[in-house]
Amino acid sequence: MKADIRVALVGNPNTGKSTLFNVLTGLNQKIGNFPGVTVDKKVGYSSLPDGRTAEIVDLPGTYSLYPKSRDESIVFSVLADKANELSPDLVVIILDATNLKRNLLLYTQVADLKIPVIIALNMMDMAKKADIDIDVNGFAEKLGVPVVPISARKNEGIVQLKQAIAFANKVALQQDSIDIESIAPQLIGRIRQDIHIDNDYFALQLAHQHETLTFLSKEQSDHIEELEKEYSFHSQKAQGAETIARYNFINDLLYDTVTQKITAEDETLSNRIDKVLTHKVFGFIIFFAILMFIFQSIFAWSKYPMELISDGFTWTQTALHHYLPVGPLTNLLSDGIVAGLSGVMVFIPQITILFAFISILEDTGYMSRVTFMMDKIMRKVGLNGKSVVPLIGGFACAVPSIMSTRTIENWKDRMITIMVTPLVTCSARLPVYTLLISLVVPNKNVWWIFNMQGLALTAMYLFSLVSAVVVAWVMKHVLRARERGYFIMELPVYRMPRWKNVAHTMYDRAKTFVIQAGKVIIAVSVILWVLASFGPGRQMDNIEQKYKQPQFAALKKAAPDSVQRMIASEKLENSYAGMLGHVIEPVIKPLGFDWKIGIALITSFAAREVFVGTMATMYSVNGDAEKMESVQQKMGNARNPQTGEPVFTLAVAMSLMMFYAFAMQCASTVAVVYRETKNWRWPVAQFAYMTVLAYLASFITYHILK
Amino acid sequence: MLSYTIYKMRLSQLKVGEKGTVKEFTDLEMSVKLMEMGCLPGEEIKVERIAPMGDPIAVNVAGYQLSLRKREASTIILQ
Repeated sequence: MKADIRVALVGNPNTGKSTLFNVLTGLNQKIGNFPGVTVDKKVGYSSLPDGRTAEIVDLPGTYSLYPKSRDESIVFSVLADKANELSPDLVVIILDATNLKRNLLLYTQVADLKIPVIIALNMMDMAKKADIDIDVNGFAEKLGVPVVPISARKNEGIVQLKQAIAFANKVALQQDSIDIESIAPQLIGRIRQDIHIDNDYFALQLAHQHETLTFLSKEQSDHIEELEKEYSFHSQKAQGAETIARYNFINDLLYDTVTQKITAEDETLSNRIDKVLTHKVFGFIIFFAILMFIFQSIFAWSKYPMELISDGFTWTQTALHHYLPVGPLTNLLSDGIVAGLSGVMVFIPQITILFAFISILEDTGYMSRVTFMMDKIMRKVGLNGKSVVPLIGGFACAVPSIMSTRTIENWKDRMITIMVTPLVTCSARLPVYTLLISLVVPNKNVWWIFNMQGLALTAMYLFSLVSAVVVAWVMKHVLRARERGYFIMELPVYRMPRWKNVAHTMYDRAKTFVIQAGKVIIAVSVILWVLASFGPGRQMDNIEQKYKQPQFAALKKAAPDSVQRMIASEKLENSYAGMLGHVIEPVIKPLGFDWKIGIALITSFAAREVFVGTMATMYSVNGDAEKMESVQQKMGNARNPQTGEPVFTLAVAMSLMMFYAFAMQCASTVAVVYRETKNWRWPVAQFAYMTVLAYLASFITYHILK
Repeated sequence: MLSYTIYKMRLSQLKVGEKGTVKEFTDLEMSVKLMEMGCLPGEEIKVERIAPMGDPIAVNVAGYQLSLRKREASTIILQ
């Protein structure tokens, strides 16, 4: 879409910036990525009263142009660098009218970059309720910029804001706030001169940030470094002096334009809610109740749509086989691509449900309280208060959980959370565990009420949490921190969730996942399909021929299904996947696995739950969920041809479960970790450590129980 | 020899409901972050609550609620 003017939306976190973005652009938005970082780049379009179209760029919420995270550094790059592909013609800065002092710091910084600015004074309704009286005209006059009072939530003042955008000046008219030159005399002049820039504050920010800015050349950055030495520039001292000067300006401004009736210190509603929600006892009880609810809902509510999706795809596969001519191309389409697509789509219900909850928890302000309560415990193992939700979400599915780690600002904490989340028992491991437990654990009650199989399953769940915590603790000592960890965080006032924002988040996350992770998953599925359906030489044809021989004719008539299954089983054995199973047998023998299990390990490489289906094919039974018992029986009866001993002993089954507990048998997770870290090193490292742990855990388990 | 240490009240020593006024900081890097968040010399600061495990704490400063760890609060000297 072609736009006439580009507007950047800037503001503190929790000021209603995304609500304003959604109100201005409606559904007319697209999500991409800022080059080189994982920050979502949200761009939308808004039609102005004069018929022109404005392109609105939603920049990450930040308290200051001095970035605390790499995400926040985007804001300065986009605003200051004229060559940036998103360089705006106009900045709309959104200020929370109930919290003007701190919000104005960012305004004065942005204004000093001398880009045309409009102030959107949000939450005017809340300010009125709190008896804060703002002289909007006086405010605008003192700053020299248009000020539009709005309430984004109630859709008030939006027309006026659009009008202000349409009538905005092309040149910056704002008043100077502080004397920038005096913060680093001479240095600023030299940088302006040598780097060829025309703005004092831009020059000062270059002095602070030149090492991390990508739009400066190496020579420019080195030159600034030399200049800093020459004029003995101290970044933190200069920043401190600047911040104090800015707050002096802000205090004077607020003294003249804002009056707040001092009401007796009655407790705010937010404070009263906090007394319960962060209470020593009730706080934790409520938190765990909420987590249990989320966990249960992800399981319960996604069950039906997930079945619907996979049934839909199964139907499509059958239809394709039915209507298209028999041949490898049809098989590729149906069993490779459609099957892969099904593996992607089936995650959508879980992703949308988890993100609906996360978005509500964040919107209401409860998430920051969770961080507040859990920080001390989580910090001990190298995690962060904010790691709690991804870890618990991991019980349902690691994919949306890893996507949700974006709320963790600290780089090291976030990486550790991403690295350990796939260890938590996800729903794809459940069918594998149920099958194996039912094989070796008797279905008996102990201590009257506890079912032994249930206990075994619970143990696997607890074990996964413990292993995640232990690995996190190890990584805390291995990973080097990029920045000093600190925890200076706003606790926003409790608010009702904005349902439109919740819906937007659900849609955004599902879309990002399908597009980004989908590519990898489909590619892996196609490769696995090739491995499982083709074999060397004419083996496959020979099997077909063999079953066409007369001795099978009678059996075919009597039990056509079982012959089909025999063919499928024999084909799988002779396929490349089957060969691979034989090839890896020496490697997995110490774990107690034979080549048949090896084949299942290979086919379930992209998705754990495929294990059950492959076992069904291997033991020539129909793999339907209702026929689970028959898979069980066949596997239980399976004997080692040499020794005559059962294949699935307690040792083998436990060893297999340990393998699935640790191994990264999930292409979706690998894809999403790559997407979130933007670097193949992370998914590779994760895959490696999980495989090593899986092997060791299986080996030890097998040899103890053997 | 006697050594005199001037007693300095730190934010981390306040109990829930107690107030103080920010005087100075002991850690330059932390001070820059804190000042950006409106926690400046001369501002009144009140401890609103302490997390169930005893850390971090939540304070009211510059008209809003801020949470920070005890270690960070101990870099803030009060008048």
